[in-house]
Amino acid sequence: MSSLGRPARVTARGWGWRHAGRRAWAVHDLDLTIEPGERVLLLGASGSGKSTLIAALAGVLGGADEGDQLGELLLDGVPPATTPGRAGLVLQDPDSQVILERIGDDVAFGCENLGVPRDEIWMRVRDSLDSVGLDLPLDRSTSRLSGGQKQRLALAGVLAMRPGLLLLDEPTANLDPQGVREVRDAVARSLDRTRATFVVIEHRVDVWRDLVSRVVILDPAGGVLADGPVEAVLGAQGRALADSGVWIPEFPPPRPVRAAPTSGELLVSAQELAIGRNVKSVVRSDINLELASGDLLAISGPNGSGKSTLALTLGGLLAPAGGRVVARPGLAQGAAPNPIQWKSRQLLTRIGSVFQDPEHQFLGGTVREELAIGPRAIGTADVDARVDEILDRLGLTALAQANPFTLSGGEKRRLSVGTALATRPRVLILDEPTFGQDSRTWQELVALVAELLAAGSAVAAITHDAAFIDALATREFALETVGVIR
Amino acid sequence: MTGILTVNPVAKLAVAFILAIALVLSLDWVSATVALACECVLFAWAGVSWHTFWTRTLPVWLAAPIVAISIALYGKPSGQTYYSWWLVDISDGSITLAIATALRILAIALPAVILFVTVDPTDLADGLAQVVRLPSKFVLGSLAAVRLIGLFMDDWRSLQLARRARGVAESGRVRRFAGQAFALLVLSLRRGSKLATAMEARGFGAVTARSWARESRFGWREWLLIGIGLLVAAAAITVSVSTGHWNFIGA
Amino acid sequence: MTTTETARTRPNLRWRVVDIVIAAVIAVASGVVFWGWDAVWGALSTPLHAVLPGLDSLLGGVWLFPAVLVPLIVRKPGAAIFAELVAATVEALLGSYWGAETLLSGLIQGLGAEIVFAIFLYAVWTRGTAILAGAGAGLALAILDLIVSYPGQKLAFDVIYIVGSVISGALIAGLLSWLLVGALARAGALNRFAAGRTGRALV
Repeated sequence: MSSLGRPARVTARGWGWRHAGRRAWAVHDLDLTIEPGERVLLLGASGSGKSTLIAALAGVLGGADEGDQLGELLLDGVPPATTPGRAGLVLQDPDSQVILERIGDDVAFGCENLGVPRDEIWMRVRDSLDSVGLDLPLDRSTSRLSGGQKQRLALAGVLAMRPGLLLLDEPTANLDPQGVREVRDAVARSLDRTRATFVVIEHRVDVWRDLVSRVVILDPAGGVLADGPVEAVLGAQGRALADSGVWIPEFPPPRPVRAAPTSGELLVSAQELAIGRNVKSVVRSDINLELASGDLLAISGPNGSGKSTLALTLGGLLAPAGGRVVARPGLAQGAAPNPIQWKSRQLLTRIGSVFQDPEHQFLGGTVREELAIGPRAIGTADVDARVDEILDRLGLTALAQANPFTLSGGEKRRLSVGTALATRPRVLILDEPTFGQDSRTWQELVALVAELLAAGSAVAAITHDAAFIDALATREFALETVGVIR
Repeated sequence: MTGILTVNPVAKLAVAFILAIALVLSLDWVSATVALACECVLFAWAGVSWHTFWTRTLPVWLAAPIVAISIALYGKPSGQTYYSWWLVDISDGSITLAIATALRILAIALPAVILFVTVDPTDLADGLAQVVRLPSKFVLGSLAAVRLIGLFMDDWRSLQLARRARGVAESGRVRRFAGQAFALLVLSLRRGSKLATAMEARGFGAVTARSWARESRFGWREWLLIGIGLLVAAAAITVSVSTGHWNFIGA
Repeated sequence: MTTTETARTRPNLRWRVVDIVIAAVIAVASGVVFWGWDAVWGALSTPLHAVLPGLDSLLGGVWLFPAVLVPLIVRKPGAAIFAELVAATVEALLGSYWGAETLLSGLIQGLGAEIVFAIFLYAVWTRGTAILAGAGAGLALAILDLIVSYPGQKLAFDVIYIVGSVISGALIAGLLSWLLVGALARAGALNRFAAGRTGRALV
């Protein structure tokens, strides 16, 4: 019990790991020491094994039937898996980290597993919730929390175990700017209290820059590429890192040249629109907006303000709870004026929707099949040619035969946009298109959308991404001020 | 008045089992009727609103006659036969059997539904692990999975809307349903793997002896409920045997 | 060089956390499906009875699929019973018209498949074992139902009921689960399981 809460030391000597069923090593020849209390930002191109290393430090890589190990990786001189609770890990997806139904029980879960006595558990639960700034009743349901609150809950659950090493794997990638701030501040406060050793993976460097003192860059070819104080490493490696997809404020991804905004043909308008999953649960009402050819309308709003519901309603997928979504003649091309009355096939060439989670939209067994579904449904003359063209444009040609579900996050995002573009709709609705994307995918998406706008399409995008808005938006619509903007 | 709301779910489970076993032992209309009559009186104290009662038990009321009809048609004939065609024989024997079966379904299922309506999954898991002492890893793993049901429902909705966005909402209902179900399975396995990692990262599955933040209590109210269950079972069997209707496993 | 794992490598029979959670996730989802299927069964069983008494047992396979699917994925002893018990508990909590019998059915059906996997020492995971295990679960379901739900029926009914259950178990629970595991492996959803790696070339 003497080691409780004492900052931990990490030592790797010639360490490597190969996942079962893989031929290539995820990490190899790693030599690294992290002193107790050090705060490290872990970077590297995708495929350099960052997440594998952090999972190994958390002791969750599994045993011999899940992969092969080389060398040694030690936490205070022993393998991490033998000291549960010494390292605490917070992962990317807020939804899959909530374990129990009530807030208090969820935070207590880790302590229970470590055999902490009951009275001590509840003391620690209150203490941890306090330290992450979650001032809510212990019996409040965990499913009603926002993304940022869920991540702070996960952090509290980890802190309650009093770990000597705090590990974060892209904890803010799925959060809006408000959530990112909440989580960052909670981590900063907790580290000041516990003095724990800290390792974070994040491809947005600016979030953690002020909190860490050291940057370690893993080399996809094995071992460490660069290691040292933040400014020195970023100064020397910044350009190369930015090219590999890491967000570094000094090296922002290039943006397309914007054409002067032209007022094109009006395509869709919302008139006194009320939105909701059904008539009984209206989230917002009295929404008026217009979308014309060449427009990019950026829609923002806080958590739970109904942004996604608005996207679904504008996309002709969800019936308005009141008011109307009107497709102008230029868009309707002979179909009824209300998109919700269209057949789903009629939507394809008129309004395309890209969901927040690409996996919800996948239908095919291969990337090629996935892209061919839309064109085939509308009777495109040369489906193969159309698909080849999109594969090439999205840089997915090499993956044409891969199963869509097995792609990386960025590839899935590009594919889901590609499936919508394949039928050339005049209006495109995007729900958080740049969420959690690295700067390379971001750059490709922005270029793609810019091309669409130049070709006369209209785009409505739900987004909090200031850079995206800055690069492309012609107008902004904030949902919290509904009823004021006319 | 809280009724059975705060009683340990393990006791509720036990009572449901006691009634089921007692009534499965004999197939006769007397034991089922006696049990059903006692239960109907007891429901008034259960602390469940009438609205909840009827909405939750509706499937039971629908299922009982369905099963009864098939038994009336195909049960072993005895006594006078009223109608006969191929395998169908409607007779005194098959009708009696059908009525007894319908009553038994009601007598077993109604209390089970009412007892389970008020069960909170977390309390049930605590009880199963601490009172019944089932292996805690399996109990808690299942509890964590139960929490994902809400997410599955959201996923299912999104999958459905996405089918419309992809232009395939009108084609082949069975195929589309199968595809959607498969996508949901893939998503839930993904989520499950991540959840497992999150749980492991919090020391779940470690060899250390586990402690319990919540104590699952089993006191006089639990024993009282079980006692009531035993009384109802005993009354049903006693009346049935003493009136000569006892009929062991329908033999 | 493309190495493929053989189906006969010495199996690790210890349950990992991911085995428990994935088994539970599938079981819980199955429980919800069962609950929905109860209603479908209510609607379909009478017409099927009209075609041939006892033929409604053909619908029973749906209640059996976790007993085969879960073991095929996690490959651990007790997986069939665990999956069926959890699914039955969820079904009962949502409100099933078989009440506490649901749990008993789950236990017995799981046991039917479990015995088959145990006979093969939890080391053979082929299409054949899957179909046999599905049939085993179907047989168990039929025997229990004939004692508890349909006592005192004519022999013809009993025979039809057993044959229907076994066929339904073998096809819906057995063959379908086996095909599903293949599809899930191709979608990369089983990367942490031997079932998702066997038969596939190393990448």
